[in-house]
This record gives sequence, C-alpha cells and structure tokens, in this order.
Amino acid sequence: MNFEEHAAKTLVLQPAGIPIPRGIQVTSAAEAAEAAAQIGPCVVKAQVPTGKRGKAGGIKLANTPAEAEQVASQILGMRIGDYKVERLLIEEQAKIAREFYAAVLFDAAARQPLILFSTEGGMDIEEIAAEKPDAIRRLLVDINNVPRARDIAAMLKGLDLGEAQPQIAQIIDQLYAAFRSRDAELLEINPLALLADGRVVALDCKFVLDDAAIYRQPDIAAGGAANAMTDLEARGAAAGLKLIQLDGNVGVLANGAGLTMTTMDVISHYGGRPANFLEIGGEAYTKSEIALDLVLSNPGVKSLVINFCGAFARTDVMAEGVVKAWAKLKPKVPVFFSIHGTGEDEAVALVRRELGIEPYDFMEDAVQAAVKAAQ
Amino acid sequence: MIVRKKDRVVVLGITGKQGTFWTEKMIAYGTNVVAGINPKRAGESHIGVPIFATTAEAAAHVGADVAVMFIPPPMAREAAVSAAEAKVKTLVVLTEHIPAQDVMAIHAAAGKHGTRIVGPNTAGLVTPGEAFVGIMPAFVRSVFAPGRVGVISRSGSLGTLVCLNLTRAGIGQSAFIGIGGDPMLGTTTRDALEALDKDTGTDAIVIVGEIGGAMEEAAAEYAKTMNKPMVAFIAGAAAPPNKKMGHAGAIVTGTAGGYAGKRMALESAGVVVVDTPSQIAAAVAAGLGAGRSGGPIAARRH
Repeated sequence: MNFEEHAAKTLVLQPAGIPIPRGIQVTSAAEAAEAAAQIGPCVVKAQVPTGKRGKAGGIKLANTPAEAEQVASQILGMRIGDYKVERLLIEEQAKIAREFYAAVLFDAAARQPLILFSTEGGMDIEEIAAEKPDAIRRLLVDINNVPRARDIAAMLKGLDLGEAQPQIAQIIDQLYAAFRSRDAELLEINPLALLADGRVVALDCKFVLDDAAIYRQPDIAAGGAANAMTDLEARGAAAGLKLIQLDGNVGVLANGAGLTMTTMDVISHYGGRPANFLEIGGEAYTKSEIALDLVLSNPGVKSLVINFCGAFARTDVMAEGVVKAWAKLKPKVPVFFSIHGTGEDEAVALVRRELGIEPYDFMEDAVQAAVKAAQ
Repeated sequence: MIVRKKDRVVVLGITGKQGTFWTEKMIAYGTNVVAGINPKRAGESHIGVPIFATTAEAAAHVGADVAVMFIPPPMAREAAVSAAEAKVKTLVVLTEHIPAQDVMAIHAAAGKHGTRIVGPNTAGLVTPGEAFVGIMPAFVRSVFAPGRVGVISRSGSLGTLVCLNLTRAGIGQSAFIGIGGDPMLGTTTRDALEALDKDTGTDAIVIVGEIGGAMEEAAAEYAKTMNKPMVAFIAGAAAPPNKKMGHAGAIVTGTAGGYAGKRMALESAGVVVVDTPSQIAAAVAAGLGAGRSGGPIAARRH
C-alpha cells in the first residue's frame, strides 16, 4: 500500500521524531491561499502516490497567498501518471544547503533490512545507482537487532557531513525504527536536506506499507492511498481479487499468478492479446464464480480461456464456481477450457455435463482456439 | 531439498481443514508423516498421526527431518521459528502473505539453527513415486511420473502444468522443487539447481522462472559450471511493466527483473529457453539425446 507524501510524513516520520517542514494539506485553491497566509513563502505540492511529480509540473513555489491560489488552481485536477490531483500540500519553503538520500527497505537476496544513504539526494535512487554507484552507502541490519551506532558511523564515514553528521545518524536510527514498527516495505526520505540554518529535515517521503501486514497497522492503514484502478479493477479489489485490465480481447481465467502469466504469454505467442490478468490462486481459488463475472464484464473480451491447473487450488471447486456463475451470466462469448491437476476428473465431468463443453487436453490448443475466435 | 521416503515429516497445523486434507494425501502417497503439531491437542491422534505440543517435542520423541506448515500468516513466524529451534533440517513454508519482516525473522532463525527453508509461499516438494510434502497434485497420475528430470518452479500451478507436459511426453521426474512465490525465499533457483546438479538420480533439469527479482540470473551463473542439459521457461513475457502480477516477485521495474535479461542470461549459460510450456518436453528430450551423443546442445556448453 502506497502513501502520499503528507500522509507518510505525518503518520510515519513525525511520530518517529524525524523533523519535517511545516505544512498544511488542502483540497481547493482558496484553502491553498489561506494556508499560504499562515505559512508564508511556500511550496505547493501535488499529493499523488507516484514519483516524478516535479517533472510533471506538480510542484511549484509560491511567495504570496495570491500566487499560492493561482498555482494551486493549475495543479488541482492535473493528471500525474495514473492519478488525478485532488489534494495539495502547502509547505514552508526551505533554504537548502545540501541534499541527501536515506532509505530503509528489504534486501531480497540477503533476506535482511537494508539501510541506504547517499550524499546525492534529490535524484531517484535508480539514477544515483546508474550514475554514481559509489555514492551509495549500504548497511544490512540483523532483523532481531537494531543498527548499532558504530555501524551507522562506519556507513557514513568519509562522507564529509560536517556538523550535520550527528543529526543524520540519529535520523537514520529513527528511520529504521519507523521501518520496523510500521511494517514498511520501503521508507525513503529524498531529499533529506541540510538547511542553511544547520537543521536536517525530511523534505519528501515515500512510504510503502507491506500489504501482508496491513492487518496489524490499522491506525495508519486508513491513511493509505487508493490505487489507480478502472471500475472493473475496483470491483475485483472489492471481492478481494487482483485484476489488471489490459487492452486485449482474449479474457483469461486461470489459477495462480504463474499459470495466469503463462496463459497470457501463450495468447501473445499465438498472435492474440490478453484482456486481463486475474489471480485466483491460493485461498482465492474458491472465488471462481465472481472471477468469471469479472472477466466477462470486461467490455473488450471477445473470447475466454479458462485454464485450471490444480495444485492447492482444487479444479473441481473452481469448475463448480464457474458452472454456478454460468447459469446467471449466460456468456455470450465463446469459452475454451483446459483443466488438469487436483480434482480434474470431477471438474472435467462437471463442465461436460453442465455446460456441454469439452475441455481441451492441451492448454495451447484452448488458447489457439480462443485467439482464433477473438479475431 | 529432495524429499525421500525415509524422511520423517512433521505437519504443523495438521488439524485444520487444509492440514487434514493434504496430510491424508501425503500419507496415502507414501510420505513418512510421523507427527502433527497442535499445542491444544497434544497427546491425541488425528487421522492416525500422533499430535505433539511443539516441534521440539515431536523431534525428541519421533524425530523430525522435514516440517511442513499449514499455518495462517499471523501465526507463521512463531511456528517457523520454533521449528527452526527444534533443528528440523528442512522447513517447508506453504503460507502465503506472511508479513515481510516476519519472513526476515524466519530466515534469521533458520540461518542460526542450520534449517533449510523452502518457501515461503511454496507449493512444496515432490519426489514422484516416493514421497511429497506440500500442496502439489503428486497423486494425479497424469501429472507426475517417476523418472530422471528435475523440475524447479516458483509457481505450483505452472509447475503442475510443466510436469503434466513432461509426463505426457513419457518423461518422468526425479524431483519437483517448488521454491515459492515470495520475494525473500529460503531456497533460490540457484540453490535448487545445485541440489539437482549433485543428485545422481537427475539427468536433466527444467527451470520454470518468472519475471521479477534476479534469481534466474543468479542461477545462470551456476548453470555455466554444469554439464546436465537444462531447459527453461520464463513466465511473464507478455506482462505489462510496473504492474505487480500476484506473486510479489513478479514485477518489472525499469529493466531489472525483465524477461529479456533473464532469457539472455540463461541462454548465454547454455540453457535452452523455450517460448511456451508445451515446447519443454521436446527440448528436454533433445537435450538428453544430445547429451549422450555429444550433439549440438552439449557442444554449446563448455
């Protein structure tokens, strides 16, 4: 789950003791003017859970309330990436002396939390990694421990941070504590700025909450940003199903992410275009009824492949759901089945008996038939 | 990580619906299930299996080589760490959606106690005709058959499809190693490849990869040192970028974790990469034939 900047700063950084600039979140140009009157010279920042806001024109300076109002009216309603700007953060302008980068994330290969720090703040970490890989300092942390002061000092050694060093070391410590206590997948401050007056302040923040841990972060989860979704994707999400609507015309209903991606690949291989990704793997295999409804509701669908390969997911249970939904939905597009694995005898018999359809022996044959039917 | 008939298997969460269903399947297949764990029902027996309060108690009384977890995410960390503390050699973590920080704690405990984690979010391990641990349809005769080809897969459903295609082509399997769909795995593609390389019962290996992460690239490094024929299929060639495709690993950001890079890494290591799962069996047959006769595939390797 992604968080917008203001939510990340106030829900995660501030409670951890990390300094942030004074700021007020607003939803209209008039409110922006009011906020600017309180704050003084300010930065007007689009609040959307995606990067490149500055490049998209979503971050602008304003020195007076009138300017803030004008800039706010330009930014509100703007589209940045997949998102429409509906909120702005009016934040005090900072006199920046230097910009740093600090983050905690998990290192998949080391299976440990990883602290990153760089003196090249302000750029994306991918850009820093590409252009100045030596400028990134790394510290792996034992999950059952906290980073030791001497390890942080060793990480920062030789970076010429001057009087900012103790503040930075403390912020890294606090950032790690927040990463742990808030079940972050990523907690990033970029830039972490040294101001002209000597203070070190988090000017921007990215916080991604581990989706698997939302259940134990109830107080902040409500502050998370909604993903940009089509209406159909939102219906899927409401049913607890991950649906990605694509621009093709061959619908896909398969169990498990791996098999679903493969079905999409085979559709493309035979010259077709998949209309969706939809995962009904794991425990979600019992949701095939609503899943069929979703894939058939996609307006672009001209044919449908139902590809079940049961391991944990029982094909007989999935086929039962499909048969149930079939009676209600009465699909108008041709549907091509391939069913194998756990429960296949019962599943194949059910589809034959109730739908009068003969499942294909090979998935590739079902896919080719569906691609042909969609043309 | 190749499960054997003699391995003493302990089932955590045996009394639940899925634990019961799959343990019955495992026992019927020939897996040596020696104990189940449920602190509230210690001393009882469930589907003919004695129940102990902890993995350590089971290990002390009946032995525990492999533990398999049918445990929901909020309890997974505690169960896995206690299994590692009981020093089981292999811990198969089937659970999906364990919080990442709990997964890190599980890996830390495993490292400390010398336990090999398979997973999380794996479908398990199958040695056709011998034993299976997890949630794979080992017992479906059209899918698995004993033989000499090892299969490594992140995904259970896709692994099932690949074994089905091999079996139909008359190619049996020496082992199926489900490594799991989580981003932080205890057993990587490379680890599984190394195990199958060293297994005298395995003549050729199929790698079923997925976009995302860097495991196929790391496996390719090891593959360069190998002589057994290898065939790979990588799912996600048609996946749109910057979209998470279910498995936490399956996201392509920029060029990292992309299909082209994985394919190139594997091919340059001498692995035959096929476009669709149906091409795997023929490629394996060709590799085995060429391996024996020193044909073109063997020649491409060092």
